[in-house]
Formats: sequence, structure tokens, C-alpha cells
Amino acid sequence: MTETASTLLSLRGVEVTYPPRRRNALPARAVDGVDLDLRAGEIVALVGESGCGKTTLARAVLGLQDTSGGSTSFDGAPVPTDASGRKAFRRQAQLVFQDPSGSLNPRQTVYDIVAEGLRIHGLRDREHDRVAEALARCGLRPPERFFLRYPHELSGGQRQRVVIAGAMALEPRLLVADEPVSSLDASVRGEILNLLLGLARDNGMAILVVTHDLGLAWNIADRIAVMYLGRIVELGPTEQLLAEPKHPYTRALLSVVPEHLRMEEQILSGEAPDPTKIPSGCRFHPRCPLVQSGEAERLGIVGRCLGEDPALPIGGHTAACHAVAITQ
Amino acid sequence: MSDAANVLEVKDLNVTYRTSSGPVPAVRGVSFSLAAGETLGIAGESGCGKSTMAMSLLRLLPPGATATGTVLLGGEDVLTMKPGQLRAVRWSQASIVFQGAQHVLNPVQRIGRQIGEAIRVHQPSTSTSTVEARVRDLLSLVGLTGRRSDDYPHELSGGQKQRVMIAMALACDPQLVIADEPTTALDVMVQAQVLSLLADIKRERGLSLLFITHDLSVLSTIADRLAVMYAGRIVEEGPARDLLRGSTHPYTQALAAAFPTIGDASSRFMPRGLDGDPPDPADVPSGCAFHPRCPVALDICATTTVELRPVAGDHQRRAACVHVDAVTGAVS
Repeated sequence: MTETASTLLSLRGVEVTYPPRRRNALPARAVDGVDLDLRAGEIVALVGESGCGKTTLARAVLGLQDTSGGSTSFDGAPVPTDASGRKAFRRQAQLVFQDPSGSLNPRQTVYDIVAEGLRIHGLRDREHDRVAEALARCGLRPPERFFLRYPHELSGGQRQRVVIAGAMALEPRLLVADEPVSSLDASVRGEILNLLLGLARDNGMAILVVTHDLGLAWNIADRIAVMYLGRIVELGPTEQLLAEPKHPYTRALLSVVPEHLRMEEQILSGEAPDPTKIPSGCRFHPRCPLVQSGEAERLGIVGRCLGEDPALPIGGHTAACHAVAITQ
Repeated sequence: MSDAANVLEVKDLNVTYRTSSGPVPAVRGVSFSLAAGETLGIAGESGCGKSTMAMSLLRLLPPGATATGTVLLGGEDVLTMKPGQLRAVRWSQASIVFQGAQHVLNPVQRIGRQIGEAIRVHQPSTSTSTVEARVRDLLSLVGLTGRRSDDYPHELSGGQKQRVMIAMALACDPQLVIADEPTTALDVMVQAQVLSLLADIKRERGLSLLFITHDLSVLSTIADRLAVMYAGRIVEEGPARDLLRGSTHPYTQALAAAFPTIGDASSRFMPRGLDGDPPDPADVPSGCAFHPRCPVALDICATTTVELRPVAGDHQRRAACVHVDAVTGAVS
């Protein structure tokens, strides 16, 4: 993908390695070379099993996690690494965590929670208006009614709205939402997802949603990036990727989603593998149905599957898979 | 539906918690039955009383809670049983797989010992070698090697721990397994593994399964029948496939819409849900508890409670809504 003027965030070969926890242990390559672009007004869903590195990548995007390789640029310029540059960047790029109860200070009022970011960034003028605007935009109306409430007085859905309002008050251009609705009841999720959708459509905000839920991606995402063991293995527009998944991992993932009734179930054995021991060749080959069924052998690519790491080709809908590369 | 073949029959079950701010009715008049070999899914959101209901079936509620009504398990009322008889029923007639296996297993005991404990307690005459052999059989039944018997819980992954919980629940060969959110903390792929394991075991052993979850999409794959709970009551029940495709109660419709079908153009960029939140059990709205959030509520809904009514054209389906005609079952 070429870097057009509207590309807001651009990741190139981003790596995050966690040092070994014990002596003789190996470092964990949680994020192992990720390229991803995000345009203004676009919602991209980053999906994968737990332990695939999706949350680590989200934290790395915001500079909350040091990277060990690669580069991140925001609005055409590299993300600064010095303290004041980072602070300026964080005003533009905000994070919404998974659990609203855990990310709100129980002893702060809603007003103080939402105003905290403004105070940190020295935006003292119009504080009252900005807080009221952010709350109203997040559907907490009339905002004055919520100013003096404490988190425990709010429902789960309202708490998540306060978290998003806190991020919104700074009028960021990028929002990273890590499982924004997974701790909420099903009937409440819709309103939060509608809120995110509105922020992207009406305010031109770029949103990276980290989720394990493909139904959520279908609801709001323009594009989907499927992550497996630290690497994006398939990337494409939501409709195309979900209707015609290319990578065998994406196909397996989709086949077990109960919301997707048209596919024959293909349950992979074992759990997501260990990022301290990334398999050689294609990192998915030990669990790959194509390798196990002998299909890779028939295609004459099994040697490459076991020995050669497939790259993610550049394009609209692409997959990092040797079988996809030769059948197209 | 009083049928001798029913493994479980619950009639007018009410559970009330005693709290410092007064009694809190968590389950308000629930009746259902479960036939041998059948899977009934109970769906509902947090606070709807589904877990309280599950606990009350084996009298596992905390001391502050009182349950009334009848819970017939193999024809005997669990709620009035003497403690000795209750001990005999637990595990050997009905067992529970709890949510969050991580916290249920004893961290300092080998898993083989924990699985064997139920057998030793309920069949004290069983020899040690028989117990060990049964534990190995149970582990292989849930897809783990017998070697795992010497492992401690921390040596297992989340999915493996949930498999151990299932093995434990099957240790005394019960007819009924109550599974309370057994796959909630697991990844999609591991969840699919555990669900297909449960379905296989159920088929092989002719087990009845009561499957409780907040995730309606999970039930679509495993349940034969479905009951949807809201604010301590069942608001709709019927065959799982019918209920998910075309539900009658506005709450079931909203809940089903919250789990979009991938590829369904009507849900693309259209996330759906309800305004407001599930009610607090301590402050349940009057009349039909769903009326404050209901898109089609009438004035009468605020004052009148509607019992489950048969829905026309489908004698197996019942819904508790004024829009279902009390006589003809026609849906307006």
C-alpha cells in the first residue's frame, strides 16, 4: 500500500521483544515484524487469539511499549521518542482499555476523570465546555447530570462511555480501543459500537480496534488484519476477507465462529503457540490444515512451508501463505 | 409437561437473597423441564439470575439465599432433601462445571487426585487402583493423556483446565451436567474444542446438559432447546434454531441482533443493541420487567405481568409478551 496523504498511522516492520523472564529462557517475540497503515476516518480491526500479540502491538503503536525494531510514523513524520514529543503525540493518539471498571479511578468524579487529560496537556481554557462536549458526544446527556457522579454510580455501558469521553476530550486523531465491549453485556454493546462508528464517520478519527470477535469486526470495521504469533497473516477489506478468507488460519478462525454458519467447522488442535519458540518457515505450519492434509505436498510447496517464512504481499486483500502465492 | 422421562423438572422456582437493604429476588418463578439426552441452553445477561438458578438446582446457594418451589431431579425434590440424600445426589446424579476453571481447581493438588476425590467420596469402597484407572479413562475421554494426572493445575493451559473440570463432572457418571459459562474465559479456537468435546460426550453417554451462558451464539451450536431469561424470569423458550432465527419476544430479538451474522448485509455498519442497561435485581421494574427498554411496549406493560404463552403455529415455542395473543397465540 502506498503512503497516501490521508494515511495517518504507518507501521513498518514493528517488533516487540520481551526479555526472558528466567535465565536460560528465550526472549518472547510478541510482535515480530508488522506493517500496517491506518487512514483518517477508517476503522481497522486487529483480530487474533489471545497471545498472538495484538494487545502488545496496540500498546506499541501508542508508545506505551518500547519497540525493539521497525518504525512508526504518524501524519507522515516518525513518532518522537523524547519525552515532550511523546506527550504531544499522545494528545493525538488515545487509548480505550478493555475493562472500564478497572481503568476509572473510583475516587474521581466523572468530571475530573474526563478533565484529567486536558489538565495534563495544559488545556485549561474552556475546560468545562470541553468536558461537557465530550460527555454529550459519547451519549451521556445532559452532561451536567453526570459531572459529579462517581464510577460506582454508573452502569457498565456508561462507564465505558466515560472512558471514551476521557479520550475524546483531547480531540485525538487516532483512537486505539482494546476489546472495547468484551466486558459489556450483549444488549449494551451496540450503543458503544455505534459511538465508535460515529467518531470515525463524523469526526474523521482513525480507530484501531483490537478484538477477538469477528462479529464486531463485521459490525464496524472497514478493514481487518488477522494476527498470528506476532505477525499479520492476512489483511483486507472486511467484506472480502470474511467472505473469501485466503489464509488457512483465517479460514479455521472463521469456521468456528458460531455467527458464521455456512462453513464446515475446522477446529485446530492445541492452543496458540508460544512466542518464545516461533516455528521455522511459515509460523503456522505446525497447525496448518493444508500441511496436515497433504494438500501442501500435492501443491509441491511443503518444503517452503517448513523452511521459508512467507511475506505478506502488498495489495488490497493479501495473505502471507505459500499456497495462496502459487494459486493466484 | 410432567413426563417420567424428564431428568430435571423445575416448577415455580424463586430465589431471594437477603441483603442489608432488604430482600432481592434474583429468580422469580422459573419453570422448565429437561428430557434425557437433551441440551437446554439458558441465555441471559449479567444479573438476570441464570447462575443463581443453576446453583439453586443443587442447593449450592450461599446461606443468605432462600429457594422455594420444586426442583425434581430423578423424581425427587432437591429443595426438601435431607443433607445425606443431597450429598448422594450431587456428583452422582447431577454435577456442575463452573465458570473460570482457573479458580476452581486446587492449586496445590495434582489433578488426578482432584478428579479421583469425587469417586472416593461417593463410592468409598472403590480400590485405589480402580480409582486411578477411572481417572485415566476420564482424562482420555476429555482428550488429555493419562500422564497429565500427575500435573498441577498451573502446568495446564486454560482449555486443558476446563477439560479437567469436565472430567471431574463426569467422574461419578451423572445423568445431568449443569455447565455454567464453561467456555467464557476461553479463546474462540479453544472454545470450539471444548464445545465439540461436550457435544461428543453428551452423545456417547446420553447425558442431559443444562448449558448456561450470556453468549447466544454459543448456544446456537450446542443447544436443542433454548430459554431466555430477563430479570429473573424466562421470557421466551423454544427449539434453539427457531428461537435464533425468528424470535417473538422483543428482548430475544434484541439479544439475537447483538450477535450479528457475518455476511448479513443488514448488520454491516449497523451494530444493534438496546438503550439502557439490564435491570438491577434489587430494583426490578413493575409489570413486565423489560418494558422500560422495550421498543414496542404498551401502557399496560408497566402494570401487568404476562406469563409464558404458546406462540401460534409453533406449539413448542412460548413467549411472555402482551403481543402474543393469550388465546390464539397470534403475534401482533
